[in-house]
Amino acid sequence: MTESKLDLLQGTLDLMVLQTLSVMGSLHGYGIARRIEQTSDDSVLLNQGTIYASLVRLQHRGWIAAAWGVSDNNRKAKFYSITRAGKKQLAKDAMYWQRLSEMMGRMLNMEAGE
Amino acid sequence: MSDKEPKSVTGSAREAVNRSRAFFHKGQLDRDLSEEMESHLDLAIEDNIRRGLSPQEARRQAMIRFGGVMQAQEQQREARGLPGLDIFMQDLRYACRILLHDKSFTLIAVLILALGIGANIAVFSVVNAILVRPLPFRDPQQLVWMAPAASKCGFSCETYSADAYEEFQAMNHAFQGVAGYFAFSTGDNVKLTGSGQPKPATSIWVTANFFQTLGVEPVSGRLFLSEEGRKGARPVVLLANPFWRRQYAADPAIVGRTIDLDGTPTTVVGVLPDRFDFGSVFSPGTKVDMFSPANLDDMRDWGNVLALVGRVKPGVTVAQAQADSASVLPHLYFNVKSADSMGFYKKPMQLMTLKEYVSGKLRPPLIVLWCAVGTILLIVCVNLANLTLARAATRTKEFALRLALGAGRVRLIRQLLTESLVLSLTGAALGLGIAYGITNFLAHQGSIALPMLSSIRVDGAALAWTVAIAVVTAALFGIVPGIKVSRNDVQEALKDSGPGMSEGRKHERMRALLVISEVAMACVLLVGAGLLLRSFLRVLDIDLGFEPSHAAAVQVDYDDGHNANSGERRGTILREMLRQVEAIPGVESAGVVDYLPLDHNRSWGSPSIKGKHYEPGELPGAFVYMITPGYLRAMGMHLQGRDFTWDDGPKGEQVIILNQIAAHYLFPAGNAIGSMVQMNGADRRIIGVIQDVHEANVEGKPGWQVYFSAMQENPVGAELVVRTKLPPQTLAASVMAKLRELNPNQSAAEFRMIQQIVDHSVSPRRFFVMLVVAFAIFGVMLAALGIYGVISYSVTQRTQEIGIRMALGATAGRVQLGVIGNTVKLALIGIVAGTAASVVVARGIAALLFGTAPTDPVTFAGMILLLGTVSLLAGYIPARRASRIDPMVALRNN
Repeated sequence: MTESKLDLLQGTLDLMVLQTLSVMGSLHGYGIARRIEQTSDDSVLLNQGTIYASLVRLQHRGWIAAAWGVSDNNRKAKFYSITRAGKKQLAKDAMYWQRLSEMMGRMLNMEAGE
Repeated sequence: MSDKEPKSVTGSAREAVNRSRAFFHKGQLDRDLSEEMESHLDLAIEDNIRRGLSPQEARRQAMIRFGGVMQAQEQQREARGLPGLDIFMQDLRYACRILLHDKSFTLIAVLILALGIGANIAVFSVVNAILVRPLPFRDPQQLVWMAPAASKCGFSCETYSADAYEEFQAMNHAFQGVAGYFAFSTGDNVKLTGSGQPKPATSIWVTANFFQTLGVEPVSGRLFLSEEGRKGARPVVLLANPFWRRQYAADPAIVGRTIDLDGTPTTVVGVLPDRFDFGSVFSPGTKVDMFSPANLDDMRDWGNVLALVGRVKPGVTVAQAQADSASVLPHLYFNVKSADSMGFYKKPMQLMTLKEYVSGKLRPPLIVLWCAVGTILLIVCVNLANLTLARAATRTKEFALRLALGAGRVRLIRQLLTESLVLSLTGAALGLGIAYGITNFLAHQGSIALPMLSSIRVDGAALAWTVAIAVVTAALFGIVPGIKVSRNDVQEALKDSGPGMSEGRKHERMRALLVISEVAMACVLLVGAGLLLRSFLRVLDIDLGFEPSHAAAVQVDYDDGHNANSGERRGTILREMLRQVEAIPGVESAGVVDYLPLDHNRSWGSPSIKGKHYEPGELPGAFVYMITPGYLRAMGMHLQGRDFTWDDGPKGEQVIILNQIAAHYLFPAGNAIGSMVQMNGADRRIIGVIQDVHEANVEGKPGWQVYFSAMQENPVGAELVVRTKLPPQTLAASVMAKLRELNPNQSAAEFRMIQQIVDHSVSPRRFFVMLVVAFAIFGVMLAALGIYGVISYSVTQRTQEIGIRMALGATAGRVQLGVIGNTVKLALIGIVAGTAASVVVARGIAALLFGTAPTDPVTFAGMILLLGTVSLLAGYIPARRASRIDPMVALRNN
């Protein structure tokens, strides 16, 4: 594992978590992981455990908040929710990703002789 | 954690705060995390069961999707805390465990480090106090010492007259103020009377503006007023802080009260601060108890008596002030009353910063000292690198295992550096204690004539220095083995059965190189110390012109009435005093002088032959002494011609005794005795010629000296000198009792050994020599330890080889010889390299040597002999062990 790959993955995962929380509201770690898997049609090969590094990082930056609560089926679990700062960050990051992917799309669709 | 923190905190700053907070709550956060992960798995399993999987399969799937639990935990910890610090703490714990396990190594290493670092802190503190720290005055960079260019007539040629001082102050443009003090005060020159036995104290006359010029504020009361330096002023005094505390128990009410000084009621106007130590700045090695304003009107006819300190105006450089003083100098009168004394001061006034005056001369020896102690630290580093390397060799497998298990090389070096840091910080802590002891000891050595000595202490700068050298030391001796170890081949190390196999010639060569450099550095230290020691012995061997052992001096008080008949009366008093003192059992001879050699001095114009023309400035000023009959004998001086007798009184012929230099200059034909000379406006007959006496310093050349009969000229004080065959201390009580019997007002003055005065004069040299010699001995011990370590280690490594050789018929002697041969090889290379370096270093310290050539063969031969012997000894112990190896045991031991 080299650092540059890890960095990209990290940033991506963080963004996915933020987006999930922004859409779904309050959710526990397993729920977030499942949601990401489902949304990506299981095309993301995600070790669910790695999500906790991302969660603590986002929490430290003040973008998400956490609190212990009880799940629908009466299990104790830690629930995460996005904060206002997190929403701002999400908007910023989403914009960046959009631009990046548009640009990459244009680059990869480049045709000869243009 | 709540997100209710202020928005102004940016994400990364908040993260840093949270990370450090998390660092300290590991336990709780870890529990939290495992609970969370548990619930995660439970939720997943439940989900899977709901989708129709069997409980086992549900659990298996959940575990697979989750991934490695440990890894996830590790990742989370890294994201949440301070991973760098975590690793450091881990390394630290491991290092402590390992070091505690290897007690003897740790003990030796810490001890060596403590000594090396302690010596370094101590010397740093000395250097800091004497050379670096500014003088304890306001804007000390503005203060300059003002004296005529150096010449050979002692204090009288370093001072100016009261008139010249006043004229200079009026005419200069570059100075805010010029102050001075009376340079001819002796110790214990006033008596504190009024309560029981008179108590001697030391008082210095200073110009009324002295403290204002230096920028010293009193802790209570006030400083002198300018009118207090005029004729008829009410007598006042300022107390030095230590005297105030000692004599008056720090009573603040003393200010404004009147004390009796020499029978004169004197008002205490203030107390000076503790950090103002006159002696440590202007007259190292002496203590001053009080200050009184110099009465310039009284001093006008006393000649050159004031030593001057000036404060230049802001922005004025020393060079500009120098130019200003050069333009003023020709207009100064020696004495305003004689018009032709304008322009008396021919020698240019030389200005230097007060700091330069106080410590300039000490810069070279202190730098040498610093280099010596730095070399010690280097040797310590090399030694420890060697020890660590040896230890690393035995830990090869441990390291190889860690490398094989995935530790990076950087991580290994980091681990070793942590270990060396733990060692060096522990050593530094201990060294700090040692340094504290040394500096405390030095600060209370009042008898060493070094400036600012009392202000030596381990301060903040020294602490910073300690941390710096501890870290640098750790890096120096940790990095070499670290790199070495991390380069080891994992495969080889794991395969290797450890001892018995030659574990790499490279390793051995590295260690040999370290030992050689250690020996070479010890060589340089030894040569430096040897040369300085030889110089010191030469200094002690100097014929001072008198015999300091078995003689003692004490200040005596008498009252000659201070009038026209004083000479006669003085003769009577002193004659009776000496008769009675000489009658004390044990006293061989006794005499009285006003200034003792090497203690204080003054000089007058020189004797000359009447009618003979001398160029201006051709004759140097002559030191003058007023003595009684018997003094020359009591001091053990060597006289040709006759001594004074009690008949050489005020009414007799004016007679003098000259020293050889003066006599030889005036009468090259050698016919001085019996000839007439003119001095101080009178014709005088030379009755004797005395061997030159070192009057101002031990190492310099003596100047002209003239001795007068104490009945024919006015002495300034009276030191009774007694010579005895007994240890002089034994006479103290009986002599003091006799003096008190003769004069009830005799103060309890100190009974000083003449040897003590000489020791005081050579104390700076002694101080440096002792330190450098101590460092050299330490260096040699370390070098010996290094040699011992390497040879001993190689014997252990080669136990099997030696066993085989012995089994094949090698004798014990042959084995011993082989090992000793190795030692000699190492030592020899080291000595050769060290000798070469020493030649260069010796030339560098040539200026500090006395009567010893930098290439002094005795020193070099001694160094080679000593180092050779020590190395042989260090090699002999393992050699003996090698020769006692039992071949059977050694071979079986595989």
